[in-house]
Amino acid sequence: MKFGIVVSEGPYTHQASDSAYSFVKAALAKGHEVSRVFFYHDGVNVGTRLSVPPQDDRQIQAQWTALGKEHGLDLVICIAAAQRRGLLDQNEADRQGKDANNIAEGFRISGLGQLIEMGIQADRTITFGD
Amino acid sequence: MSEVVKKFLYVNRKAPYGTIYAQEALEVVLIGAAFDQDVSLAFLDDGVFQLTKGQDTRAAGLKNFSPTFRALGDYEVTKLYVEQESLDERGLTLDDLQDIQYEDEDDDYEEKPSIIVVSRAEMANVMADQDVVLSF
Amino acid sequence: MATLHTVNKSPFQNQTLISCLGHVKAGDSVLMIEDGVYGAMSGSALSEVVAGMGANIKLFVLTADIAARGIDAGRVAEGVTPVDYEEFVDMAASHDRVQNWL
Repeated sequence: MKFGIVVSEGPYTHQASDSAYSFVKAALAKGHEVSRVFFYHDGVNVGTRLSVPPQDDRQIQAQWTALGKEHGLDLVICIAAAQRRGLLDQNEADRQGKDANNIAEGFRISGLGQLIEMGIQADRTITFGD
Repeated sequence: MSEVVKKFLYVNRKAPYGTIYAQEALEVVLIGAAFDQDVSLAFLDDGVFQLTKGQDTRAAGLKNFSPTFRALGDYEVTKLYVEQESLDERGLTLDDLQDIQYEDEDDDYEEKPSIIVVSRAEMANVMADQDVVLSF
Repeated sequence: MATLHTVNKSPFQNQTLISCLGHVKAGDSVLMIEDGVYGAMSGSALSEVVAGMGANIKLFVLTADIAARGIDAGRVAEGVTPVDYEEFVDMAASHDRVQNWL
C-alpha cells in the first residue's frame, strides 16, 4: 500500500504531527510505502530548523528529519502556507529579499500541486490535523 | 496532467474567518483544478456558513475570500454539496447562500447552479463514493 | 467499499464525533484518536448516544492515546475495540478510503 500523509497542524500545539509520525513509522515498519508527507496550514511549522524544544521532550522536527533520511521520505512544505507563516528556504529567501532562511534539513518547499499529485498517486490519503 | 482520474472530495465543516481552514481549503481547490480530477466540495456543520452572502470583512480587517466561490465554475469545479440539516440547524436557507453558477459546456453553456442541497443521508452517500477525501 | 473514519475531538468539546457517526454507512469503521478517545469511555453522558449511533458500524479506539490520557482499559465502552498503530495502519489499508474528521 502506498500512503500519502497530510500534516495540517504545527508542532507541540496539536498532537497531529505526533500522530502522523507514529502512523508513518508503523506503516514503514509493516513494509508499506509512504509516498509523501505534505505539510499544510500550520503544519509547515514542523519544518523549521530553528526550534529548540526542551531536552526532556520529543524533538519533533529532528524526528521527522531523521525518519525522512532513514527512509528517503519526501517531506514537502506547502509554499503558500509557508510564505504566510514565515518558513523560507534559501531560494525563497533570496527571491523575497529576506535576510534569513529557516527550513530544516530533509524538508523541501513546493506547491499545492504536490498535495493533489499525492492524492492521485497514493492508494490511501490520511490527514492529521485539527 | 494525469491519466488517472480520481474522485476528490474537499470536506468543509468549519466557519470562515475565525480560522484559516476555509480559505486555505479553497486555495487547494483552485490549484487542484489544474489536475482534471472529478472534484466535489462538501459543506456541512459550520462549513455551510462559508457560503453565505453579504460577507463584509472591512471592519474585521480580514480578506474577504467569499467571491472566490463564484469563480469555481470557471475552474470546472461545479459540485458544491450543501447539507440540508446543517442549514436547518443554523436557521439558514438556500436564500442565505451566494448564488454560485457554472456554465454547462455540454448544454449550450447554459448557466446552472453549482450548489446542490442534499440531505445528511445523501451527503453520506456522496462521501462513500469518493476516492480521496481531504478534510480541513 | 467501506470507509475508515477517524475522529480526534472529545465529544464533550464539540459535535465532531456525533457528526461523523451521523454520516457513516453500514460496514464503516470509526477510530477515535487523540482527544477523540474520550468518546470511547463508558459511563459518560454520551456513551449510549455513541453506542446507538455506532450500531451498524465498528468502533475502535487507539490504545496509545487512551494510555496517555490515563483512561483505564476497563473504562472503554464494551462495543469499542482498542487497537494500536499497527492495527490502525492495517485498517487504513483494508478500508477503501480514510476520512479524517477534524
